Amino acid sequence: MLLINAGSVGEDGQADGCDAQAVEDWIAFDKAVRDAGVMVSGESLADLVTATTVRVAEDGRRSVVDGPFAETREVLGGFYVIDVPDLDAALDWAARCPGARGGGSVVVRPVADMGA
Amino acid sequence: MREQGAGTGRAVEEVFREEHGLLLATLVRRFGDLDLAEEVTAEAIEAALVRWPVDGVPSRPGAWLLTTARRKAVDRLRRDRAYAARLALLQVAADRAAPAPPPDTVRELPDERLQLFFTCAHPALPAPARAALMLRCLAGLTTAETARAHLVPEATMAQRIVRAKKKIREARIPFRVPGADELPERLPGVLEVLYSVFTEGYAASSGPDLTRPDLAGEAIRLTRILHRLLPREREVTGLLALMLLVHARRAARTGPAGEPVLLADQDRGRWDHAMIAEGLALVPAVLTGGPPGPYGVQAAIAALHDEAADVATTDWPQIVALYDVLSALAPSPVVAVNRAAAVAMRDGPEAGTGPPRRAGRRAAAARIPAVPRGAGRSAAAAGAAGRGSGGLPPRTRTGRDTAGTGPAAAHAGRRRTTRLSVRPFRRRGPARRRGRPQRRSSAVTHLTLPPPLSSSDNDTGTGS
Repeated sequence: MLLINAGSVGEDGQADGCDAQAVEDWIAFDKAVRDAGVMVSGESLADLVTATTVRVAEDGRRSVVDGPFAETREVLGGFYVIDVPDLDAALDWAARCPGARGGGSVVVRPVADMGA
Repeated sequence: MREQGAGTGRAVEEVFREEHGLLLATLVRRFGDLDLAEEVTAEAIEAALVRWPVDGVPSRPGAWLLTTARRKAVDRLRRDRAYAARLALLQVAADRAAPAPPPDTVRELPDERLQLFFTCAHPALPAPARAALMLRCLAGLTTAETARAHLVPEATMAQRIVRAKKKIREARIPFRVPGADELPERLPGVLEVLYSVFTEGYAASSGPDLTRPDLAGEAIRLTRILHRLLPREREVTGLLALMLLVHARRAARTGPAGEPVLLADQDRGRWDHAMIAEGLALVPAVLTGGPPGPYGVQAAIAALHDEAADVATTDWPQIVALYDVLSALAPSPVVAVNRAAAVAMRDGPEAGTGPPRRAGRRAAAARIPAVPRGAGRSAAAAGAAGRGSGGLPPRTRTGRDTAGTGPAAAHAGRRRTTRLSVRPFRRRGPARRRGRPQRRSSAVTHLTLPPPLSSSDNDTGTGS
């Protein structure tokens, strides 16, 4: 799984650098992932201002709050789940991802293997 | 089984260490699982230790070991179906990535160790684990030996190795040799691990614990293997040459009481001249066919020291020129200090004190007693620095002072002295930075920490 963190987030909670070139890069990357046949799933997440956090306390009471807001510089902006044979292949895809540039980062996490 | 003839058993185990790496690499290739490969490699070697003294050594020992190990692996997989299923899945995935080459039947055992080098030094692993894995998988050291070598408790080392293997398994760090296009990016990482093992060995050699494995020797052994596997990679050759040329001085590096002896004062008759010859023979290949890398340049510097009969006849102008090249390739405070010391040796001690155009202030810094000593990280560098301070003519008082304070500083440990060597430069940071545009044209030095230094610090400092 490639977790795509935006490097910097503007006042309105939107990731910076969403100009035409960036959009084109993303479209190209997305197409490359699909064409390579490694795509399992992937989503781009809506702006952070739309986020809502749910916690359930020990007594079962539900608390719902607005946010979280960007307390850290990096905010999860989207993800890809890809099916590749090994870490090196995953790292190559991560390096090609536009989200890894411009102060952003891509965290590669293997999906846990539950049995099988 | 181990108790049986402890003395000879030990000797036999030494013989098996080379076999161990070969066998392990082959089994990793076959089964795609480091744990399983390690387990059955150990079992096969134990079986050999029991059987061979009774039945005699088989005509093809490598094949015997491999067959035995394979049989044990198959037994193990039969007992544990879930494990087998998981491995089969991994194997399918691995084959999809790179179809396994047809089994090599010409040689007794194909040498698959290169992929293990790259797996052990994979950048996704924490730095301390890389050296530990390499020592264990490729040098065949036990966890206990690896722990003693790094002066950490065995439990700590065991945990470090277990975590690293878990990451290899679960993050699927592949067992494969990077393609030619990836090699420039990945090979320096492998060399860095080997060099960090070597320098760690140097720090160790002054320690009181004689039972510590000879890390510098292990690093040389591993680098030899890598050099055999990648004979055309000049930085591998350069690293091997550097290690040999530095390690050749080991007998003369310490006095009767274990105190360090400066290069200038060393009895050059005690240097290992066979090892020097071996190192020197590699240098031409390192320096031809394009610009050399940082290890190649350091090897060339070490070669000039080793070739000289004494300090006076050392080719200092050439050494200064090589430090200029090195500081362009891999700028570091240590390189700057050593270059300055070499300049002082070339132009006389005054060159260090006059209003400097180039290296004056650095030469002055080089005379601070602890500084050149800290450079012992790269012993070639230490050589130059040692001469620059302790090696000055008797009329120079700083030289004497150095002789007095040096051993104490050296005993304080490599890591501390290294910090000492870095500090004066840090303090002067801003002033030097202002001078940077000028310096760039004269190709002198910058202030960033050198890769071997920082990574090695990291290596020992962040133990998990």
